[in-house]
This record gives sequence, structure tokens and C-alpha cells, in this order.
Amino acid sequence: MKILVTVKRVPDPETSIKVKPDGTGIVTDNIKWVVNPFDEIGVEEALRIKEKVAGSEVVLVSIGDKVAQEQLRTGLAMGADRAILVLADDLDPLGVARVLAKLVDDEKPDLIIMGKQAIDDDSNAVGQMLAELLGWPQGTFASQIELSDDQKSASVTREVDGGLETLSFPLPGVITADLRLNEPRYASLPGIMKARKKELKEIPVADLGVDVTPRVTITKMEPPPSREAGKIVASVEELVNLLHTEAKVI
Amino acid sequence: MLYEPPDYYAIDELLSDEERMVRDTARRFIEDEYQPLVTKAFRDGSFPMQIVPRLAELGFFGPTLPERYGCADLNSVAYGLINQELERGDSGIRSFASVQSGLVMYPIFTYGSEEHRTHWLPRMARGEAIGCFGLTEPDFGSNPSGMLTTARRADGGFILNGVKRWITNGNIADVAVVWARLEEDGQSAIHGFLVERDRQGYSAREMEGKFSLRASITSELFLDDCWIPEENRLPGTGSMKAPLSCLSQARYGIAWGAIGAASACYDCALSYARERIMFDKPIAAFQLVQRKLVTMVTEITKAQLLCLRLGRLKDAQHVRPEQISMAKMNNVSQALKIARLARDILGANGIIDEYPIIRHMLNLETVNTYEGTEDVHRLIIGKDITGFSAFGG
Ligand SMILES: Cc1cc2nc3c(=O)[nH]c(=O)nc-3n(C[C@H](O)[C@H](O)[C@H](O)COP(=O)(O)OP(=O)(O)OC[C@H]3O[C@@H](n4cnc5c(N)ncnc54)[C@H](O)[C@@H]3O)c2cc1C
Repeated sequence: MKILVTVKRVPDPETSIKVKPDGTGIVTDNIKWVVNPFDEIGVEEALRIKEKVAGSEVVLVSIGDKVAQEQLRTGLAMGADRAILVLADDLDPLGVARVLAKLVDDEKPDLIIMGKQAIDDDSNAVGQMLAELLGWPQGTFASQIELSDDQKSASVTREVDGGLETLSFPLPGVITADLRLNEPRYASLPGIMKARKKELKEIPVADLGVDVTPRVTITKMEPPPSREAGKIVASVEELVNLLHTEAKVI
Repeated sequence: MLYEPPDYYAIDELLSDEERMVRDTARRFIEDEYQPLVTKAFRDGSFPMQIVPRLAELGFFGPTLPERYGCADLNSVAYGLINQELERGDSGIRSFASVQSGLVMYPIFTYGSEEHRTHWLPRMARGEAIGCFGLTEPDFGSNPSGMLTTARRADGGFILNGVKRWITNGNIADVAVVWARLEEDGQSAIHGFLVERDRQGYSAREMEGKFSLRASITSELFLDDCWIPEENRLPGTGSMKAPLSCLSQARYGIAWGAIGAASACYDCALSYARERIMFDKPIAAFQLVQRKLVTMVTEITKAQLLCLRLGRLKDAQHVRPEQISMAKMNNVSQALKIARLARDILGANGIIDEYPIIRHMLNLETVNTYEGTEDVHRLIIGKDITGFSAFGG
């Protein structure tokens, strides 16, 4: 089976992020970039399916700047077969979903696995939009994926408030990965060297003939307010007093 | 986030994406899978064998050798970075990998027959066979060319006799590369022989009582009328050049490894000094402590630059053994100095294995000695620049 997996280049979750003084975005110098952790889980899941289902192919897709090659190479080094990089400036979720829908037309995958969200903008929208554009079933926030023996349908376990929900649907479909789906492997050294020889195709977004005009504009970014230093109080009385007069919570 | 070691001169920028990826794989492995084991392994004086399959799976054995033998075909800089990360964990695991890769797989690849290569290399890459390298003897350390171990021809093969001491992985090795003197046609030359563990007359005994490199096995090898077939000789050997070229491989890795051990000590001392309050201030705020920390980071930075340049020379096939000697000599002796400074900064906590420093410090005493002592490397460079050999004899 052919599995398409999305891979987004995002700042390392533990990098300290600074907002540009004019509020138009974040300062990108000196940031360490990684594969979106949820996408990494998606790649791992696809590789596990490939290991089980003979003759499978795992194709990675990233949309963004040329430097996103680095993240695609990471996925190839983990074991994916080939990669496509659509060169485009920041797109909004609908733009991304449309680009992916176009690629799906060309690639005809049996399954699309994506991270449930990208940890940079946390939109949590593309998977759902893509399923809608394609008219395919979707299983979001997957914590477990099982394919039927003939790989014609999938059952997806989702972590919902207070329990688990299991959905089954025919393939092709879109699945988005949640944190507990698996523990991604790291690239082995032979894997890293083999990745060098794997195909990584670059396509300028204009060549796809897709309308990517943004519907969403970012008007302003602000860092969260900095927290004031804590106070050490001498007695319970003082604490109660301050909670009342200063914090005004009691 | 993955641990970030000191990189004062942004040397990271000089690495390729692949080199960084290789390093990050080694770094993650050490952090996730080895660090949790090492303190106990060192206390127990044992090598944690359970990590061997993982080391193999990730491609750490013979990583610079060609793919056709199941290896990763990395360049020397990537190989160096692996050593750096492994030794940030412990000199013991780096020694294990150095011996397997640089001292056993390398000579089999370079001096062995094609049968040797196809028989041993894929197995060793998969971690199914472990190797050891027997050069040092009880009475011949810095001067291995004086070795007493002999080989003589008999019954379509050779009979080996002698004792090798201080042999890393000796007890757990499936195959030993044994260096021995063969007297033939009035000539005496050093040859390399492959001795499988079940050969009659071959035995290994673990050495007890080490205070250094405890998370690594060190053994004595006994060759007592040990017969091996003709084809077990490494056909490309026949002089001291062969074992010395193996040492060059391993020394190159050690020069990088020392950076890892030193960085582990520096990082620990830096974070400790910022938090430890004495005389109402973090000790990092005292000039005398800062002096130590600055010395440490400066020497680490210099060592990183030496290694990167050395690696690029090696990849361009332009490196001379004397240049490797300089990096081994400098980086290990500086790492030892850094470990001692770090030990001092931690005060009493510097001597307990809750922190990695005392372990690295003790390990580095071995690393400073093996693969050519610090002074032996000084003499190698001395001879190179003056033209006079000061080795004596
Ligand atoms: C834990 C451990 C693991 C080891 N693993 C291996 C292994 O796997 N395989 C292997 O073959 N060997 C191994 N060795 C042995 C190691 O390579 C030797 O210990 C090393 O070469 C030094 O030899 P030596 O101990 O006999 O010291 P010696 O040669 O006796 O040196 C003692 C001192 O004399 C100095 N010295 C010697 N000659 C001169 C000179 N001409 N001028 C000035 N000073 C001099 C040295 O610098 C040193 O300070 C290992 C050693 C240790 C400790």
C-alpha cells in the first residue's frame, strides 16, 4: 500500500521563541529546527505499516522553504522511500490542504497519515480540511491504528475525554496522529547514508495550479505577559490577607 | 530537547546535515539508552552487553566501511562525532566501539583476504561477533615492536605462543586480532593473526581491580601452543606498519572522544557552579571558579577545532599519523585536566558517582595511557619536527 505522510519543519519545542518587535512573526535566527513531533509519529506509524505490509511505499510531503529538505531527509533516514517538497511561502491551513489534495490526485495513496497538528501554529485543521476536500473518511487524534488484513479498511482508536473511541472506515482515508500512537525510532547511520540517494522531488507551488490565496491573515503576534516573581510570606495570616487584598481571589 | 554541548565557536555550522544527523543519533542513543545504565555498570565493573544489539542496529560498528559489508560508509568527521557522543556517555562504551571498529574491523578490511572480509565484517557490523586487539604484552607496552609472542609454521598453519595483557573486550571476544613475531628465512617480522575464541590453546582471563574504565572488560590473553590454519593470517600484514595503522584509526577516534568526556565534565561543573551557594553567592560568581570554567571551555573549543580540521584532512586522505598524535596527546591530556578542574568545582560531590565527573576523570587516566601514552605522542611529534628520535634504544 502507498502511504503519504506529511512532514513540517518547525522550531524545536524547547527553543525559546522571540517575537519580532513589529509583531509580524517570530525571530528565526539561531533557532533549532526539527520535524514536527506529531509528524514524526506519523512517519513512524507509516514505517511500521510498511514493515508489516510487503510492497508498501512511504512518501513524505513537506510544503515550505527549501531548507525543509533537512526535515525530509530526516524522515528518509528513518526509512521512508521518497519525498516531495512543495516550495511555497507560508500558506494557511486551507492552502496546505489544497496543495495536498492536488498531490493526492497525482500520487493516489491508499492512506494519508499526518500529525494531528503542527506545534508551531497549532492550527489542528489541515487533516480535517484535506479529508473534506477529498471526500475521504477521517480518523483524527489516533492513539492506535489497525488495518484490516486486506488493508481495505482502518480502525482508529482516539483518546477522547474520559475514554477511548474507536472508529472504523474504508480506505483511502486520512488519519492524524496523537502523541501516544508510538515512540518514533531514530535514524540509524546506514539509514542516514541511504537517505542521501533517495529521491527528493521539489515542486514550485505555482506548478500545481492550486489556489493558495490565504484566507487567514496573521494580524499580530505577541509574547505572553512575563510572570511576576513570587513572594515569600511569613505567616498564614499574611497569605490570607494578600490573597484577599492583592490577588483578590478570596 | 536533545542535549546541547558547548559550541563556543559555532563549529556546528561547519558540519554537513548528514554529519549532524549522525551525531544526533549517537547523542540520543547515549542519552536515552546508555546513561541510565552506566553508573551501575561502572560500579559493578561490567560492560552492559545488552546494548550491543542496539549499537549494531544503529550502525555504530565499522561505520566508515563500505555498504557491501553491511556498514554505513560514513566519512571520518561523522565517525569522529560518533566517538565524541559515545565518550560523553563513558570512555568504556567508546572503547568498545573503537576496538570493534578501528582495531578489528579496520585491519580485517585493510589487511584481510576477501574471505576474511565477507566472513567477519557483516557479522561484526551486526554485533553478532565481537573482536579484540592483542598487541600489548606484560613487558612491552610503549615499545610493542619488542614483543615476545611468536608464530611458527606447523601442520599447514601456525602455532602461536605468548601472553597479551590489557586487552579490551578480551573475555567477550569471538575473534582476537593477535600480533606475533614470525621468524622466517632469517627474517623476523610482525604479522596479524585471527584467533577464534574456541581455538585450542587460546584462553582469556579478565583483569580485576581496575579503578579506571570499569564499565569495560579488560583481559589477558594466553596463547599456549595455539594452532591456527594458514588462512588465519592477515595476508596484508608483515611489519609494525599494520598494527600502527590500526592504532592511528583508534587514536583518531579517541581524540574526538576526549571532547565528549570533557564536555560532560564541563557542563556538569558549570550548572553546579551556578546553583551552588557558598558565602551567600553562587560559586560561579567567584573569580577563581570562573577562571577554571573559562579554561575548560577554551580547551574544549580548541580540541573541537583540532579534531574537525584533522577529520577534514583525513577525509581528503591528507592526514599524517603525527598529526593524529598531536590531537590524541592534546585532547586527552586537556580532557583529563578539565575533568580534574570539574571535580574540584563540585567539592565533595565531585567524588561521588551521582555525578559523572569522577567516573570520567578516572577513565581519562586510561585514555591518556592507552593507544600511546601522552609522552609517547610527544616523542612522535618531537621526532617529526626535529628529525631526532628521542625514544632511546
Ligand atoms: C584499560 C586499558 C585497556 C587497554 N586496551 C588495550 C587493547 O585493547 N589492546 C592492546 O594491545 N593494548 C591495550 N592497552 C594497553 C595500552 O596500550 C598500554 O598500556 C600502553 O601502550 C602503555 O604501555 P605500558 O602500560 O606498558 O606502559 P609503559 O610503556 O611501561 O610506559 C610507562 C611510562 O613510561 C613512559 N615511557 C615509555 N617509554 C618512554 C620513552 N621512550 N621516553 C619517555 N617516556 C617513556 C610512558 O610514557 C609511561 O609514562 C590497554 C590499557 C588499559 C589501561
